[in-house]
Amino acid sequence: MTKNVKFKESMKAVKAFLIRMVQNQLFIPLAALLFLVLFNIVVDPSFFRISLEPSSEGYPVLSGYLITIIDNASELAILAIGMTLVTAASGGQDISVGSTIAIAGSVVLRVLCGTDSRPETLKAPIIVAFLVCVIVSALFGAFNGVLVAYFKIQPMVATLILFTAGRSIAAWINNNELPVINDPSFGYYGNFIPGIPLPTPVFIAAACMALIALVLKVTNLRLYAQSVGINPSSSRLNGINPQTIKLISFIILGICVAVAGFIKVSRLSTINYSVVAKDIEMDVILAVALGGNALSGGKFNMTASIIGAYVIQFLTTTLFKFKVNSAAISAYKAVVVIILVVLSAPYVRKKLVEFRKKIVSHKVKVRKEVA
Amino acid sequence: MKKFVKILVSSVLVGAMALSMCACNAAGKKKSNGKIKVGIINNDPNESGYRTANDKDMKATFTEANGYEASFAYSLKNDEQIAAAQKFIQDEVDYLLISAAATTGWDGVLEQAKKAGIKVILFDRTIDASEDLYEASIVSDMAKEGDTAVSWLASQNLPEYKVIHIQGVMGSSAQIGRSDALNKKVAAESNWSIVQQQTAEWNAETAQQIVQAVIDSGEKFNVIYAENDDMAKGAVQALDKANISHGVGKDVIVMGFDCNKWALEELLAGNWNYDGQCNPFQASYINDIIKNGAKQKTVIMEEKGFDASTITKDDVDKYGI
Repeated sequence: MTKNVKFKESMKAVKAFLIRMVQNQLFIPLAALLFLVLFNIVVDPSFFRISLEPSSEGYPVLSGYLITIIDNASELAILAIGMTLVTAASGGQDISVGSTIAIAGSVVLRVLCGTDSRPETLKAPIIVAFLVCVIVSALFGAFNGVLVAYFKIQPMVATLILFTAGRSIAAWINNNELPVINDPSFGYYGNFIPGIPLPTPVFIAAACMALIALVLKVTNLRLYAQSVGINPSSSRLNGINPQTIKLISFIILGICVAVAGFIKVSRLSTINYSVVAKDIEMDVILAVALGGNALSGGKFNMTASIIGAYVIQFLTTTLFKFKVNSAAISAYKAVVVIILVVLSAPYVRKKLVEFRKKIVSHKVKVRKEVA
Repeated sequence: MKKFVKILVSSVLVGAMALSMCACNAAGKKKSNGKIKVGIINNDPNESGYRTANDKDMKATFTEANGYEASFAYSLKNDEQIAAAQKFIQDEVDYLLISAAATTGWDGVLEQAKKAGIKVILFDRTIDASEDLYEASIVSDMAKEGDTAVSWLASQNLPEYKVIHIQGVMGSSAQIGRSDALNKKVAAESNWSIVQQQTAEWNAETAQQIVQAVIDSGEKFNVIYAENDDMAKGAVQALDKANISHGVGKDVIVMGFDCNKWALEELLAGNWNYDGQCNPFQASYINDIIKNGAKQKTVIMEEKGFDASTITKDDVDKYGI
C-alpha cells in the first residue's frame, strides 16, 4: 500500500517536472536540438565521429561534423546575443546585420592593408584593426539606435537604411578593391591557432557569452531592457530612460557585429562585399524566435537564443550532409523553420499547455466516474 | 501674412520649375560639338568584381579623348534603369548602352528610343524584346564557358573523376551554363561521378561549409568545380583546414571561374588548376560597333580558360579583374 502511494507520488513529481520543463523557455530549442541529434543518430551515427588529425600546418586539430557546427555557428551565436537585447528593448529587429558585417570586415581590412590591396606585411597590429572595427560598428549601431530611440522609427524601417546602403559603404571604404591578406597570423582568428585543436571562433563565441552573462548578472541591463520592452512609458515613470536603454542595446549589437565581422574576414583573409554574411540577419532573427522570445519585445532568455543559433547551424550542416538537392534546400529549411517557430510561439505554447491540462482533467474525471 | 507666405512660396516654386525647364531645354538643344553622346545604363559596380571591372572598362573607353560624351546611370532595379533610359532619351543621346537588371519590361522604352532615332546596344545581358529594337547585343556564352572548363578537365585524363560541384545562385545564367556542361559530362561518362552538388549562392563561407561536410563524411573526391572564384577560395580553405593537398600535381584539382586577379595569382602559384574567364570587357566591342556598324545581332565575346601549368604573369595582369 505505502509502496503504491510512494509510486504515485513520485509519478506526480515526474509529471510536475515534465510540465515545468515544457513550460520552460529552453524547452523548444533544446527539443529541436534533441530532435536533430536523434535524427542523425538513427540515420547515420558516424555524424558524431570526431577525429584528431594533423592540419596543413602539422598540428593536430579536431575535425568532424560537431566541430564544424560549433565552429560555424559562432558568428550566429554572437549576433544572437545582440539581437536578443535589441528585440527585447525595442520590440523590433535589426535587419542591417549582414550589411554592417560587410562594413566591419571592410574596416578591418582597410586598417590592415592601408591603400595597398595586396600588402606584403600588415600595416597595423591586428588588435588595432579590431578595435577600430569595434568603434566603427558601435557607431553604426548607435546610428540605428538613435533612429529607433529618439526619432521613434520602427526598427525594421530604421535599419532598412543600412541594410540597403551598408554593402556599398563597405565597398567604398576599400575603394572598391578586394584586399587579400597573406599574413598567416590574421587567419588564426577564423581558423586555428597553431597547437590548439579547437577552432578559434569557438573560443571567441564562448568569451562573448561569458561577457554577456557577466553583464546581465552584474548590471540591471536585463531588468531595464525587459521593462522598456514591455512598457516604455511606465518604465520612464519608474526612472528608467527608455531611449538610453534602446540606444545601448543597439550599440551592443553593433559590437557583436564587429566581432562577427572580424571572424568572417579572418576565415578567408579577404572579403566579398556583396555576399559576405548574406541573409545572416534572417538566421539571427530566427535564432531569437526559436529561443521562444517574443519578437514584439519584453521578456527574453539569452541562453535560449544562443541555443537557437546552434540549432540553426546544426540544421544547415545536416542538410549539407544529406546532400539535399540544391534547389530545394531553402524549402526544406523553411518547412523546419515553420514547424519550430509555430511550436515556439508563446501563444501556441499557451494553447498546448491548456490542451494538456484539459486532457489530464478529462482523464481524472473519467477515473472518478469509474470509481 | 499667411497669404503673403503662400504667394511667396508658390512664386518661388513656379520660378524654380521654369528655370529647370530652361535648363532642360538648354541641355537638350546644345549640340554636342561633334562628340558622340552615349547614355550608359549599368548595374551597381559594387555588385561584384566582374561589374567593377566592367564599369572601369566602360569609363576608360568612352572618354572625351576617344570622341565620346558619356553619361552613366547605375541601378540593380529594372524600373530605375528604365527611368534612366527615358531620361537619356529626353537628353537626346546618340547611343543607349544597356546592361539590363531584368529581361522584361523594356519594349516600351526601346520603341521610344527607336522613334527618337537613338540606337540601342545591349551588353552583358540580353532582354526579351524584338530584335529590331536594338542594334546588337554583346554577351558571354555561359554554356561555352562551362564546355571549355569541362573539356579541359576531361583532358587531364584522370582514371576517375569524383567531383564536388559548388553552384552559384540557382537559375542565374552563369549557374545554368556552367552546371549544364558538367552535368552532361557526368551523365555521359561512366568514370565521372558527383560527390556533392550544392549551391553556395556565390558565397565563399557557404562553399567552405559544403566542402567541410564532404570531408567530415570521409568520402573521397579529387575535383572541386566551383562556379566562381569566391566559392573556389572557400572550398580551398576547407581543404587547407583538413590538410588535403590541392593544385598542380596534387590530390585535388581546383577549378574556378571569373578570373579575378587574386585567383589567377593562385593559379600562377600552382595552388589552383583552372580558371575560366567571364569576359567583362565589352567596351571595345561596343566601340567597334559604334564606329564601324553592327555586323550581327548577337556578338559572343571571346573567352579563355587558364591552365595553371601554362599561365604567365602577363596573363594575370592582362586578364585579371
